[in-house]
Amino acid sequence: MKSVNNIDEIRRIITHHKRWDLIFMITGIFALMIAIMTFMALFAQMLFDGMPRLSWDFFTSFPSRRAESAGILSAWVGTTLVMLVTAVSAVPLGIGSGIYLEEYAPKNFITEVIEINVTNLAGVPSIIYGLLALGLFVYQLGFGQSILAAGLALALLILPVVIVATREAIRSIPITIREGAYALGATKWQTVSDHLLPYSAAGILTGIIIGLARAIGETAPIITIGALTFIAFLPPSPFKSEFPFISFEWLTAPFTVMPIQMFNWVSRPEEAFQLNAAAAGLVLVVMTLAMNGLAIYLRYRMRKNIKW
Amino acid sequence: MQTSPEKISEPLEYKSEVRNLNFYYSEFNALKNINMALHDKKITALIGPSGCGKSTFLRCFNRMHDLYPGNRYEGEIVLHPDNVNILATNVDPIEVRMRISMVFQKPNPFPKSIYENVAYGLRVRGIKQRAILDERVELALRNSALWDEVKDRQHDLAFNLSGGQQQRLCIARALATDPEILLFDEPTSALDPIATASIEELITDLKNKVTILIVTHNMQQAARVSDYTAYMYLGELIEFNVTDTIFIKPKYKQTEDYITGRFG
Repeated sequence: MKSVNNIDEIRRIITHHKRWDLIFMITGIFALMIAIMTFMALFAQMLFDGMPRLSWDFFTSFPSRRAESAGILSAWVGTTLVMLVTAVSAVPLGIGSGIYLEEYAPKNFITEVIEINVTNLAGVPSIIYGLLALGLFVYQLGFGQSILAAGLALALLILPVVIVATREAIRSIPITIREGAYALGATKWQTVSDHLLPYSAAGILTGIIIGLARAIGETAPIITIGALTFIAFLPPSPFKSEFPFISFEWLTAPFTVMPIQMFNWVSRPEEAFQLNAAAAGLVLVVMTLAMNGLAIYLRYRMRKNIKW
Repeated sequence: MQTSPEKISEPLEYKSEVRNLNFYYSEFNALKNINMALHDKKITALIGPSGCGKSTFLRCFNRMHDLYPGNRYEGEIVLHPDNVNILATNVDPIEVRMRISMVFQKPNPFPKSIYENVAYGLRVRGIKQRAILDERVELALRNSALWDEVKDRQHDLAFNLSGGQQQRLCIARALATDPEILLFDEPTSALDPIATASIEELITDLKNKVTILIVTHNMQQAARVSDYTAYMYLGELIEFNVTDTIFIKPKYKQTEDYITGRFG
C-alpha cells in the first residue's frame, strides 16, 4: 500500500483541490454581478432620465396635460394616506393574530390548518386581493373607490407578512426567558406584554416595514379597486380649524398613488412624459430603499441590548 | 396517647410531602410512584444519571409542565403548613409559582436592568411603591451576595454581568418574592469552577432561610451542599436519606455504584 507521505505530493494534491475553491469563487462573483449590475443599470437609467425633472415644483404640482408642468402631488399624498390606513389596520391585526397563534392557540388540527393558510396567503397574487377588496370593501361595505378601500386592500395583502414576522420574532426568544417569566408567577398576558412583545419588537417592526415597502409599490390591487389615473385635487385635509379639529372625510375621497401615476405617464406617447415617469420611479425607489434602511437601522438599534 | 416532642414537631419538620407521584409526557411515564419529603429549611439534592427524571421531578414543584400540552400528573405534592396538594387541578399553577421559585440551569436574566430583573416578581405581585421595591430589591441582592458588586449600577443591563453574577442575579430574582421553596435545576452546570464555588456557598448560606431542592449532575456538589439526597434512576426514586448516609453507607448497591462513579 502506497502512503502519501511525500511532502511535495501532499502540496500538489492541496493545490489541485484548491483549484475548485478558485473556480467556485469566480462563478459566484459572476452570478452576483448579474444580479447587482442589472439593478444598478436600471437605477442608473432612471437616475439619468428622472433626475433633471426632480424639483420642488415636481412634488407640489398636480398632473397636467403639459409634461413640463406635471407633478406628483396627488400621487405622493395618496400613497402616504393609503399607507397610513394600511399600517393602522394591518399592524394591530397582524401582531394580535401572531401573538394569539404563537402563545394562546391550542396546538390542534384547526390551529395547524390556520397556520398553513396564513403562510400560504403571503403567496397569493396581489390582484386576487384587489378583487376581494373590490367585492367586499368597494361594493358590499360601500366604501367606494376610496383611500379607505385601497388601504384595507393593501392591509390584507401585508397581513400575512406581519403575522409571520411576529410569530418568528416571538419564537426566536429563548424558551428559558419565557419559562423564567412564568416561573415568577406571571400570567400569559404579563409574559407577552412585559417580555415577549418588547424583546421581539425589533423583529416585528422589521416585518411591518418590509410589508409596507412591498405595499407601497403595489399597483394591481389598487387599479382593481378603481383608483383614478388623473386627479387634480387633494383629499380633504384631516385637520380642521374648528372643533373637533380632526376629520376623516379623506378616507372616502378618490385618490391615486405613485405607481399608478407612473403607469399613466409611461403609457403616454410623448418622450417628456417618459422622463416624468422615470422621476416618479426614482422617488418611489428612494421611498422603498429608505424604508428598508430604516428597518435595518431599527433592528440594529433595538437588538443591541439583547444577546442570545 | 403518647405525645413525645418529636411527634409534635414532625408535621412542622416537613415543608412538603410527595405521595405516589407519577408524571407522564403524553404516554411516557417519566416519574414512577415517587414518595419522599422535603425537610423544612434544609437542602435536598436530587442526583442520578441523565434522563433519570430528576429535572422532570423538580419541575413538578412549580407546575412548569403545565406550560406544555399533553403533560399529566398523578398523585400529590402536599405543601405544608396549609396541607394543599399543589398538583390538584383546582389549584392555579400561577398560585403555586408565586409560592415556589425556581433558578434555571443556564442563567436567564431578562434583557432589562439588574434592578428590573429582581423587581419583576414583585411587580407581578402588584407591588408598585418605589420605596418597597427599592428595599426588597436591595435585600434580595444582599441575600444573593451580589449587592456589593452591583449597588452602584443597578440600572445597568443584566447582560453586562459575568455568567456567575447573572446566575446570582437569577437567585436574587427568585428570592425577592420570599418563596417557601427554592428550586435549583443544575444551577452551576453552565459556570466555571470559581463561579460554581460562589453559587454553592450562597446556596449553603440560604439554607436557614428557605427550603431548597436542587438537581445536580455533580455528586461532589450534592455531598458539599445538601442535607438530604435522593438518588433517582429511570424515573424511580431508588434511595432517599441523609446525605452522609447516602454517600458513606448507601443501602443499595446501585446507589453505591453511581456515587463511586462505576456507573452513570
